Amino acid sequence: MYRYDQYDQAMVDTRVAEFRDQTRRRLEGKLTEDQFKPLRLQNGLYLQLHAYMLRVAVPYGTLNAAQMHVLANIADKYDRGYGHFTTRQNIQYNWIKLEDAPDILADLAAVEMHAIQTSGNCIRNISSDQFAGAAADELIDPRPYAELLRQWSSFHPEFLTLPRKFKICVIASETDRAAMKLHDIGIRIVKNAAGEIGAAFYVGGGMGRTPMIAPLIRDFVPLDQLITYSEACLRVYNRYGRRDNKYKARIKILVHELGKEEYTRQVEEEFAHLLTQGIEPPIAELERIMAHFADPAFDTAASDDLDLSNRDFALWVARNTVAHKQPGYVIANISLKPVGGIPGDASAAQIHLMADLAKEYSFDELRVTHAQNIVLPHVRKADLFTLWQKLEAAGLGAANLDTVEDIIACPGLDYCSLANARSIPVAQKISQRFAANGKTGELGELKLKISGCINACGHHHAGHIGILGVDKKGLENYQLLLGGCEGDDTSLGKITGPGFTEDGIVDAVEKATDVYLAEREEGERFLDTYRRIGMEKFKEAIYA
Amino acid sequence: MKILTGNDLKSGAVVWWTGQDWSIHVEDAVDVGDQADTILAQEEAARRVNASYAIDAEPDGERGVRPAHIKDRIRALGPTVRPDLTLKPADPNAGNWVI
Amino acid sequence: MLDHLRFREDEPVGAPAVTVDAFFSQTNAAAVRIEPGDDAKSLLPFLEQLRLVEVNFPSFGDGRGYSSARILREAGYQGELRAVGDVLVDQLSHMRRCGFDSFLPEKPFDPEDAQAALDRWPEVYQATGDGRTPIWAKRHPAHERD
Repeated sequence: MYRYDQYDQAMVDTRVAEFRDQTRRRLEGKLTEDQFKPLRLQNGLYLQLHAYMLRVAVPYGTLNAAQMHVLANIADKYDRGYGHFTTRQNIQYNWIKLEDAPDILADLAAVEMHAIQTSGNCIRNISSDQFAGAAADELIDPRPYAELLRQWSSFHPEFLTLPRKFKICVIASETDRAAMKLHDIGIRIVKNAAGEIGAAFYVGGGMGRTPMIAPLIRDFVPLDQLITYSEACLRVYNRYGRRDNKYKARIKILVHELGKEEYTRQVEEEFAHLLTQGIEPPIAELERIMAHFADPAFDTAASDDLDLSNRDFALWVARNTVAHKQPGYVIANISLKPVGGIPGDASAAQIHLMADLAKEYSFDELRVTHAQNIVLPHVRKADLFTLWQKLEAAGLGAANLDTVEDIIACPGLDYCSLANARSIPVAQKISQRFAANGKTGELGELKLKISGCINACGHHHAGHIGILGVDKKGLENYQLLLGGCEGDDTSLGKITGPGFTEDGIVDAVEKATDVYLAEREEGERFLDTYRRIGMEKFKEAIYA
Repeated sequence: MKILTGNDLKSGAVVWWTGQDWSIHVEDAVDVGDQADTILAQEEAARRVNASYAIDAEPDGERGVRPAHIKDRIRALGPTVRPDLTLKPADPNAGNWVI
Repeated sequence: MLDHLRFREDEPVGAPAVTVDAFFSQTNAAAVRIEPGDDAKSLLPFLEQLRLVEVNFPSFGDGRGYSSARILREAGYQGELRAVGDVLVDQLSHMRRCGFDSFLPEKPFDPEDAQAALDRWPEVYQATGDGRTPIWAKRHPAHERD
C-alpha cells in the first residue's frame, strides 16, 4: 500500500500545525463560529448531537495494522472506547473534545493518516473498491489512480469552497462494488480497443434528496490527462454549480439542469485549455505510486484445499469470503453487523484485534467497505479456520455478508443532528427478526439500507429494500422503498406508499420478503423478482 | 416554557441554561421567558456556549424538564442505543422518557 | 492591523474599479471589479489595457472568485489581482496560489496571523501557475517546469 515520502509527511504535519493554530484562534475569540466552522469541517470535525464528532479519512478504504491500532488508541484515549465505520469507508468518533482535536490529528499524522477534507464543501476522501488488488475480476488495481487524485485534491486551492461537497470514486473491475455511479464523479479504469488503459468518467450522480445516476460523459480519458480532465470537471462546477439553494448545489443538479451534452461541452472546452497549462503530473509519478501497490509476496505453493467439516465455519466461508486472484488465497470479510448490534460500530478491543489479524494473516492490510464492514484482503486458505475462530471469539464472526442482516445504517437520530428519526434501533430489530425466524439464509443476497433523513447517508435509495426515517408531526416514521441497486445495473428504489412506525416497518420488511419467497423463480434474488413482477404484489401484501 | 441549550465550546458537551450558568443536566434548565435572544447573544459572545438555541419544553414531575422535541430529549439523555453512555446508565427505563 | 496586503512593486492604480457592465460601456477603464456571477472570460480580450482586477468575495464561502483568478492568470494577465470583501486570513495562502497578489479585506488582518498563514505551506501538491514547484515535479526533477 501507499507510504508517505517526506513531502506527504510534511503536508499532514503542516495541516496539524495549521489546525492547532485555527483552534487556538477560535478559543481565543479571533475566529467566529461561522468563520471556524468550514475550517473544522475540512478537518473532519462536526458538532453533532452529543459532542464534536471527528471523521478520519481512510483513503480508498485501505489501511495497515499500525494505522488500525492508532484508530483503536484514539477510541480509548479521546473517545468512549469505540468507533463507527462509515458508508464512505472512513471511521468516525462521536465524543470528541475540540481542545483535543489537534492532538488527535497529530497522533494520526504519526502513522500517515489524517482527517483532511472528510467534510465541508470540498473534494472528499476518494473511495474505491474494497477488494482492489485482490479481486479475481479486476482489470488493474484502481488505488494508484485514487492516490493520484487524493494528492491532487488535497488542499487544491481553487476547489476548497465549492458550492457543495464533492465525492469521487475510482473502480477498475467489471463488478461495481463501490456504488460508483452514485458519486459526483465516478471513474472506471478501462482498456480501449488499442489495449491502452484509461478512465471513463461518469459525472453527476448522487443520493441525497434528489437521487441521480451519473451519466457517462467521456468513455476514455488517457492516463496522462486524468488530473487535467478532473480539474476541468471541477472548474465548470465551481463556476456554475448553484449557490442560491443548498439543496440544489450538488453537481448532479448542474448536470441535470444544463443537460449532459452542454455540461460535457463546457468541460471539454475547459479541458482543451487546461491541457496547455502543464498541470498534469508526469506518468512517472503514477508509476511511482503504482510501485507501492505491488502484490504482496504470495505463497505460490499455497494450497487451495479447505476443510469445511465444521458447519459454522462452512457457513461463514460461504457467506463472508470472496474469490481471490491468487490461488490458495481468499478475501475474508469481517461483518460488523452482529445480530442486534449497531451497524459499523467496533470497540477499541475489536479494532486492535482486527489489526493483529491483518498483520498475522493478511500481509498487514485491511480495508473498510462502504457497507460498513472490514476486509482482510489476502488470507491464505490454510489460515482461514484459525482466523475464523479468533473472529468468533471476539464477536466478529457474524456469517451474514450481503444478507438481510448486513444492514447499512446511518447513525440516525441517536447521534446525528440532521436526522429526523433513529436508524440504529430499526436495524437492530430487523436483524433480530430475521435471525429469529431463520429466513436469512433462504433470502440470499438482500441489501437493506436505512437512512434517518433525506440526506441518505444510509444509501436507502440504493437498497434492494430501503428505509427512510422521516419526522411526522414530531414522531418518528419510516418509509419503505423497493428496487434500489448500487451495482452495475444501478437503480433507485421506489417508495411503496404510506410510512410506518418503528415496529410497523419491521413487519413491512418481513412481508416484502415473504412476497419474494412466494414469487421467486429459480436463481432469482429479491431484486430480480421485484424487477420482474413490479411493485403491486408487494404493496398488496404490505398494506393488506 | 422556553429553555436554552447548546454545546460547550471546548468539550462539545450538551448543556442547558440554569439562569446563571450551563449544566449538562436538563433538569437544571430554567424558563427564560422572552429573554432567549439576549442571553444567547451574551453567552455566545463570551464563548461559554456554541451552536446554542431556544426550545419549547414542559415541566416534567421529578425529571424536572422535558424538551418538546425528541431530538432534544435524545440530546438530554444520550444515544438510546447505548444506555451505558447516557447520563442515566443505571436506569433501564431512561430510554422510554425519550420516546 | 493590516488594511491592505500587496505583493507588487508597481504603483497602485488610483482610479476606482468599475463594474463589469460599466467597463463594457466605457472601455478605456484600467480597473474593473468582478462579482462572483461575472464571467472572467469576458475580460480576456481586454487584458492589455487592464492594470487592476478586483475580485469581490461578498461572502467567504462563495469560491467562484478562485476560478476567476486562475482564468485571468492562465490567460496571461500580469496586472494587479486584488481580492476584496469577506477575505479572511485562513484563505490567504489559497488565494495566493490562485494568482491573487493583493488583498483588501473588509476587516483588517492581524499581521501576525496573516504572516503565519502566508508562510504555512512549505510544499504544494498542485501546479496552479503561481510559480511554485509542485511536489510531483520535485519527485521527478526531469519533468520540472521552467
